[in-house]
Amino acid sequence: MPESTSPNTNANPVVGTARVKRGMAEMLKGGVIMDVVTPEQAKIAEDAGAVAVMALERVPADIRAQGGVSRMSDPDMIDGIINAVSIPVMAKARIGHFVEARVLQALGVDYVDESEVLTPADYENHIDKWAFTVPFVCGATNLGEALRRITEGAAMIRSKGEAGTGDVSNATTHMRKIRKEIRRLQSLPADELFVAAKELQAPYELVKEVAETGKLPVVLFTAGGIATPADAAMMMQLGAEGVFVGSGIFKSGNPAQRAAAIVKATTFHDDPDVLAKVSRGLGEAMVGINVDEIPQPHRLAERGW
Amino acid sequence: MTTPVIGVLALQGDVREHLAALAGAGADARPVRRPAELDAVDGLVIPGGESTTMSKLADIFEMREPIDKRIAGGMPVYGSCAGMIMLAAEVLDGRPDQRGFAGIEMTVRRNAFGRQVDSFEAPVEITGVEGEPFHAVFIRAPWVERVGAGVEVLGRVTEDDSRSQPGVRRAGLESSSGPAAGRIVAVRQGHLLATSFHPELTGDLRLHRYFVDLVRAAA
Repeated sequence: MPESTSPNTNANPVVGTARVKRGMAEMLKGGVIMDVVTPEQAKIAEDAGAVAVMALERVPADIRAQGGVSRMSDPDMIDGIINAVSIPVMAKARIGHFVEARVLQALGVDYVDESEVLTPADYENHIDKWAFTVPFVCGATNLGEALRRITEGAAMIRSKGEAGTGDVSNATTHMRKIRKEIRRLQSLPADELFVAAKELQAPYELVKEVAETGKLPVVLFTAGGIATPADAAMMMQLGAEGVFVGSGIFKSGNPAQRAAAIVKATTFHDDPDVLAKVSRGLGEAMVGINVDEIPQPHRLAERGW
Repeated sequence: MTTPVIGVLALQGDVREHLAALAGAGADARPVRRPAELDAVDGLVIPGGESTTMSKLADIFEMREPIDKRIAGGMPVYGSCAGMIMLAAEVLDGRPDQRGFAGIEMTVRRNAFGRQVDSFEAPVEITGVEGEPFHAVFIRAPWVERVGAGVEVLGRVTEDDSRSQPGVRRAGLESSSGPAAGRIVAVRQGHLLATSFHPELTGDLRLHRYFVDLVRAAA
């Protein structure tokens, strides 16, 4: 429950509150959000049981392969996807690019992902997300980064992983790190939380809240490198509340079947019998790249701070 | 029965919030994903979430028939938002293959208030719940367009459609189905209860207490 949101004392209906923004992410929990580049793919995702789709021009694997500057998608493409499905539609804006975010809000997307997968537009500042009616999801590799994004107004956090690789190891590292840092805060006496806030480079109030509740004040999903039902289930067991799948579905041999299998695996993440059943006969997974083989400057997870 | 056992359908959605609210309202609350778990509960909550996903998972994991049977047998069920859609006899603007449980005699329009940028908070009075109006949180919420003779309307959106706007809103965004004013957002038909909004997000336990009482009375 988003305790940190102030109650609406206004008698008139209000839009764009922290509660409706964070609440929207609560409704996606236990679900799978899939990257799609065409209305046809969006329909396949919806048919498979996705809780939302992420509309983008190229999936991360192609962004990685083709290089160049990667930007917000064409509004016509986003419109096409919005019209094709009835589930929520998310779209990506570049880090710090508040005008791309304004455009996405005007198009009526349901969530904006301020994403390291696109080329950053500002290497110092992220978007002031409080200034928008549309909610934002942001990536984080550790607790301090997550809390800084929440301070800027993010209503949902996802691990970064290393997008477009099919290598889940970075997502694992980020999920474990965030959870470990939360557990550490819970173990600290109250008078050590001030220094903990300094070390995390995050506001004391948020650090105190996390120490008390044992969780982020917003929903935590996982993203980056998830390619199989077992990957998704492992992330859920590591404490993710839901899963983003990028290149893993539409870069695989049988997208519709793989998408449906990942949806089932996410719901029954703790049931090995179900997982064994849904992992059969999916055809080839995306080929993948080991994160270690990617030269440092090309690692997406290191964008954002 | 002093402590009723109430399940929350845990296929997808804000399960944890409902479990916490039910526990706070005096129930023994448990997640339900399998038919055997359903057998052990006296009542069921269908949470907020994505109704198309829930509908699909209910079929795949063979929960539909057991839930329909329990509903027919008089098990109390409360649905919030997506849960309301899952309890509606007829759904507008849904997917063609989307099916709910054999529930309330009503027609519900999905995402009726608009997209996420239109999601809002507003006070709503609920018949049978004492005290201040409910502080209702609507997230891509449905509304009820038509109710059958056996359905009691418990609450409506009272304001006109002039929602205040802290941020920019999409031009021409108003739902094609007309203004929100007076729309039905809470109903009850016998042992079945549904709201368009999310009391589980606000810490106000009155509706969950109302449902726990309903489960006690049905036992």
